[in-house]
Amino acid sequence: MDRRLNNLKQRKVKSILLKSFVWLCGILTVGVLIYILLFILLRGIPKINLVFLFGEYNSETLSAFSSIVATIQMIFLSLIISVPIGVFCAIYLAEYAKRGSIAVKIIRLATDTLAGIPSIVYGLFGMIFFVNILGFRASVLSGVCTISIMILPVIISSSEEAVKSVPDTYREGSLGLGATRIHTVFRIVLPTAMPGILSGVILAIGRIVGETAALIFTSGTNVMKNPSLDLLSSQRTLAIHMYMLAGEGLPHSKDMAFATGAILILIVFTVNYTTTKLAGRIGRIQ
Amino acid sequence: MRYRFDQELDKLNLELIKMGGLIENAIEYSAKALINRDLSLIRNVNELEIEIDDMEKTIESHCLKLLLQQQPVASDLRIISTALKMITDMERIGDNAEDIAEIAEYMVNQKFIKDLVHIPQMAEATISMVKRSVDAFVNKDKVLAEEVCAADDIVDNLFQVVKEELIEKIQENKENGEQAIDLIMIAKYLERIGDHAENIAEWVIFSITGEHAREYNGRLK
Amino acid sequence: MTDKIKIENVNLYYGEFQALKNINMNVKENEITAFIGPSGCGKSTLLKSLNRMNDLIEGVKITGRILLDDADIYGDMDATVLRRRVGMVFQKPNPFPMSIYENVAYGPKTHGVKSKAKLDEIVEKSLRSAAMWDEVKDRLKKNALSISGGQQQRLCIARAFSVNPEVILLDEPTSALDPISTMKIEDLLTEIKKDYTIVIVTHNMQQATRISDKTAFFLHGEAIEFDETEKLFSMPKNKKTEDYITGRFG
Repeated sequence: MDRRLNNLKQRKVKSILLKSFVWLCGILTVGVLIYILLFILLRGIPKINLVFLFGEYNSETLSAFSSIVATIQMIFLSLIISVPIGVFCAIYLAEYAKRGSIAVKIIRLATDTLAGIPSIVYGLFGMIFFVNILGFRASVLSGVCTISIMILPVIISSSEEAVKSVPDTYREGSLGLGATRIHTVFRIVLPTAMPGILSGVILAIGRIVGETAALIFTSGTNVMKNPSLDLLSSQRTLAIHMYMLAGEGLPHSKDMAFATGAILILIVFTVNYTTTKLAGRIGRIQ
Repeated sequence: MRYRFDQELDKLNLELIKMGGLIENAIEYSAKALINRDLSLIRNVNELEIEIDDMEKTIESHCLKLLLQQQPVASDLRIISTALKMITDMERIGDNAEDIAEIAEYMVNQKFIKDLVHIPQMAEATISMVKRSVDAFVNKDKVLAEEVCAADDIVDNLFQVVKEELIEKIQENKENGEQAIDLIMIAKYLERIGDHAENIAEWVIFSITGEHAREYNGRLK
Repeated sequence: MTDKIKIENVNLYYGEFQALKNINMNVKENEITAFIGPSGCGKSTLLKSLNRMNDLIEGVKITGRILLDDADIYGDMDATVLRRRVGMVFQKPNPFPMSIYENVAYGPKTHGVKSKAKLDEIVEKSLRSAAMWDEVKDRLKKNALSISGGQQQRLCIARAFSVNPEVILLDEPTSALDPISTMKIEDLLTEIKKDYTIVIVTHNMQQATRISDKTAFFLHGEAIEFDETEKLFSMPKNKKTEDYITGRFG
């Protein structure tokens, strides 16, 4: 009887210890996150003003406007290139390719490898191939091309996941009604897989927004006085703007670097929030 | 494998064998009561008849329960529906035996107008028919059941003989009339018992072949 | 009554494994034919061969002929055309993640119906045929996944109706449903058989006895017995059939 009581006590103590440890880790993690966010936001937000956001760039304003526009262009154009290619590739892999065929194995090897390559390697590749060999020069175009290749594996794997997770029963139902494979893919499978595909897009956007190494060598560090849609011009994105400002060493620059950081954080939040809401809405409509 | 169902079917067989035994006893005692003027046997027959009625109800509810719970098909269904039909005829046999015993009681103090030869033979024949038809059911023995159907002819013939003899007796002496009528009724009851036993055998043939013996016998004859 | 479907010397292989052995039978028009048998006996495989859904499985080989109105379905016939004429309802209800209306309209839209008026008409007619119209007519825009299992299955039946098939194949359609939904679907099938030819795979023998005109018993890929339902269940000719239906199997 005593032994069982002792066991019980031991187990209780163990579980309390474990619970406390888990709580501690959780608090630590959240704490670190909050600390970083606050560190940047508290230093950055006070420095944000309308001129910084929408004004012309000069050594006084250090305006981020053109960088914001450059970043948006980068996101938009890379997605336009990679999402269709990635989604269709995923459809091929999930719907049409025979399991274990050579094509599937090669594609999978390629995407897994591409996913693991550090972004600076992409930067080097882009610099040599797009900037020099193809002659795009340091430009938004070079950056877009490089980034597209970089996010392709992310889009492919999350889209493939999403398409694969569409229940076969839906496909059977559609084919049973006399629909063709293609019709089934576009009318049933893709709409159902949309939330999963969108979450892959969110991930990709996150990568694009945060990318520095690959872009420094391809789209360059040049800052435009006013936002420009000239794809052949070299423009810096927000992340690079922040990098450059932080590197200048002047107190004003440092302040504005924090301001840029704050904007970056806010953009990431907004993108995540809106795409999650969008995915949820699409899920509910379906 | 439907172990429980098979166990229940075995139980059903035992119940039918028991009911068959009760009926055979009832016929035997009623005949003996008549021949030996034994009043105690008459009381036995009355008790048996009550038991037979109870058994009919027991077996009937057992069959209905099996139909409800087991949803039998094919041969299982035929077996259970045959059992339901059999007990009706068997219960009638019990009633007929009691009717015989009743008349025997009435006749207990009378002197017989003739030696009873054919009536005991009829009793024996019908007892054998009942035994064989229940056996045929339990053992799924088609040949045995067919024998029973044929044996009814013997009982029918014996009835004709008894009838003719009794007509003679009445023609001999008007005084014989009352007893003759009682004896004819007893013979008639025995002949009915034979018919019921034949019905049972026909249902047994149905449970085995799936065809009703009337069609079957039509082809046979 | 004519033979709607003729199955001649059909053998089917999943790779090395032979799932159907020399099947020969005819399915009559406007009758309900039931396929029964233990798991893995080939009844669902044969069913799926009747609308070429087996084509979707890798490594499937089929020999022999299956004729729909005397035309070989594995011959010149296009599979999508075949599947419009031979509809299928699956074991687990599988409505699309769309509204009830869209589910039923999917089939006709796929086959080219564009006019909203025509689609409305088809949706109503199909839902009526599945005895569902009154239940859902006020919530056609509701998501199909939000209705009960029994209703979902009847929705799948309505969806099968929407393309105006001649034959309807049902693969254990009520095995996942409650008794009342089951009863409604059985009544429905009995009601509509005068306009369609129906083949149903079922594990529920009482269901087969209740609704089918003919029953085929399958075992290990062979068709052991094929007869009028009443005859097969009261006096099966083959001992294996008797053993299976009386539950003395194995």
